[in-house]
Amino acid sequence: MEQKTLEISHLSVSFSSWRGTFTPVNDVSLEVRAGEIVGLVGESGCGKSMTARAVMGLIRAPGKVTGGRITLCGKDLLGLSEKEMSRLRGAELSMVFQDPMTSLNPVVPVGRQVEETILLHRQVSREEARKQAAEIFEEVGIPEAEKRIRCYPHELSGGLRQRVMIAMAMVCRPRLLIADEPTTALDVIVEAQILQLMRRMRDQGTSILFISHNLGAVAQLCDYACVMYAGQIVEQAEICTLFDHPAHPYTRGLLGAVASLHRRGETLDTIRGSVPALNRLPAGCSFAPRCDLCDERCMRETPAMTSAGAGHPVRCFHAGEEAPV
Amino acid sequence: MSEILLETRNLTREFPFGKKDTVHAVTDVSLQIRAGETLALVGESGCGKSTLGRMMIRMLRPTSGEVFFRGTEITSLNAGAFRPLRRQMQMIFQDPYASLDPRMSVRSIIAEPLRTWKLCENRQAETERVQELMAAVGVPAEMINRYPHQLSGGQRQRVGIARAIAADPALIVCDEPVSALDVSVQNQILNLLRRLQKERNLTYLFISHDLSVVRHISDRVAVMFLGKVCETGETETVCGDPRHPYTRFLLDAAPVPDPHRRRSGERLLQGEMPSPVNVPSGCRFHTRCPFATEECAKTDPPMRMIGGRGVACHHPEKAGTCGR
Ligand SMILES: Nc1ncnc2c1ncn2[C@@H]1O[C@H](COP(=O)(O)OP(=O)(O)OP(=O)(O)O)[C@@H](O)[C@H]1O
Ligand SMILES: Nc1ncnc2c1ncn2[C@@H]1O[C@H](COP(=O)(O)OP(=O)(O)OP(=O)(O)O)[C@@H](O)[C@H]1O
Ligand SMILES: [Mg+2]
Ligand SMILES: [Mg+2]
Repeated sequence: MEQKTLEISHLSVSFSSWRGTFTPVNDVSLEVRAGEIVGLVGESGCGKSMTARAVMGLIRAPGKVTGGRITLCGKDLLGLSEKEMSRLRGAELSMVFQDPMTSLNPVVPVGRQVEETILLHRQVSREEARKQAAEIFEEVGIPEAEKRIRCYPHELSGGLRQRVMIAMAMVCRPRLLIADEPTTALDVIVEAQILQLMRRMRDQGTSILFISHNLGAVAQLCDYACVMYAGQIVEQAEICTLFDHPAHPYTRGLLGAVASLHRRGETLDTIRGSVPALNRLPAGCSFAPRCDLCDERCMRETPAMTSAGAGHPVRCFHAGEEAPV
Repeated sequence: MSEILLETRNLTREFPFGKKDTVHAVTDVSLQIRAGETLALVGESGCGKSTLGRMMIRMLRPTSGEVFFRGTEITSLNAGAFRPLRRQMQMIFQDPYASLDPRMSVRSIIAEPLRTWKLCENRQAETERVQELMAAVGVPAEMINRYPHQLSGGQRQRVGIARAIAADPALIVCDEPVSALDVSVQNQILNLLRRLQKERNLTYLFISHDLSVVRHISDRVAVMFLGKVCETGETETVCGDPRHPYTRFLLDAAPVPDPHRRRSGERLLQGEMPSPVNVPSGCRFHTRCPFATEECAKTDPPMRMIGGRGVACHHPEKAGTCGR
């Protein structure tokens, strides 16, 4: 049996307030096997970061995990105390956040911040921590590492800040790295370098959950991908299957939009309408109002996960059907 | 061919840095934009795209050089003489959230240029014009009294576009207008920009670092590296058969949305962009260029016409072999 690094099953996260309840993560199941990079894709606001925060144990009130199970190498994470969880974070389980500027301390030199992470998790001297910090800076490809270690975050370019974040996340060789849009703020050349770095980290034994809305980056990097829409995973498959035989109309819409950019032509393909607000989800399938295959049942009933082939679950009553012309 | 709407000659902008250093943000850029076309400006973060775009519409003074708009040099005009031209030039920003005043409603945001230029007789006419503009960019009429935080990213960008076209400009500088958007929304906005261009004979300077977007939207492209243009010409000529090694690397870096065509690392441009404070001698790309020779470190290559486009490189025949 293949070893599962991360297994999320039927996870739900809800927010309740006087205005009502909404569920940004709704019955999400996915797994990351050892040595794999799994992509989690979807448009802004669909719940990608919230899923990641749930795995890290970082959901804050009024948000709450309202159901499901999360295990890391077989260990149940939701049952751990905050103290046990914080011992795990940064050591066995790490995350690179969407915006490095908000997650680095602006008044502490970046090398020092990496040292602190090492000292927190390992019984080593300050001297040894400094040495390890310098090594990891070299390893993530920060040029003139000895000099850069003394820089403050604002003195570094966006690409270097992201490398510092990755250095900090990787320094204890975690089992799982969650990278939340690590390249969204970067230009194509730096993005390509960071993707290369992710592959190297994977080759050294860290499994990665790669969150992105860039289908190009996901195609280049991931072994497997999950597509999320309005809080739910609507389709998941091995990467080539997903791109060659997308079964959900939303996945097809996204891939069509990207492909049309690469064709010469006047008008680009789009998905009509827009993403619904999570507190005003339509009844039935949340994609129904934008879907060309939508019928009366779709507006009434929420589809469950069905199979579009081996290892290819999809949440749609009309999976794989062609749109009427 | 249509008339030249805007031309820059040897445009340069420096910023002071610390006590004695200088940031060379834009150096010696000469470009032309023809009426009705889209010129794209591409390059890595920090290469000077926004600085150049802002100088073109006099939102920023150049350190030296000239900008001609319909034949008139605009950097030396006094405020009174420039005012009628101001209306001809608008800008759309990357982050619509930061560029829209959070305390203003959609109505007042779009009406602002109408008021500045006194384009409507009375409030009734103004409301009608705002409604027309909202329809033109596809913002639902009932959103007229909403505030920016009550809109989605795509809707905010549409409001920013409505504001930019309100006073009927000739030229719009679009500074990364879709970089912050999801692909399906991005495509809607790109379709909108193209439609408006046709209907209103608009000219665009389109700033982006995404070459697939640039290939779709632009007629001509200028590739910038560290403040200078290194290759410029028809978009298909430049992107289909680049002659500057840097253009080649930019094209190769863009992630192809096809898992069967994975790019390997050896075609990746390594290292960092040199600092615009200490610009390398000679060709400014030579410290990262796999084909650099002694000459490249000594002399800055002039822009030459090669294969139907302008390229500033001592070894333009090498780009084709990059990483292959
Ligand atoms: N602290 C919070 N309180 C209430 N709602 C929140 C909070 N944080 C996020 N949300 C909402 O939860 C939903 C999911 O957010 P999440 O950040 O997971 O989206 P995402 O998929 O990561 O989007 P993006 O691509 O923009 O980062 C969104 O609708 C968001 O507005
Ligand atoms: N007001 C300013 N003061 C000092 N330096 C500046 C100023 N504006 C820009 N710069 C510097 O000039 C250079 C060019 O900046 P510019 O914003 O034009 O780049 P860009 O190509 O638009 O980058 P991006 O893709 O990140 O938007 C950068 O090194 C930047 O730090
Ligand atoms: Mg997010
Ligand atoms: Mg810019």
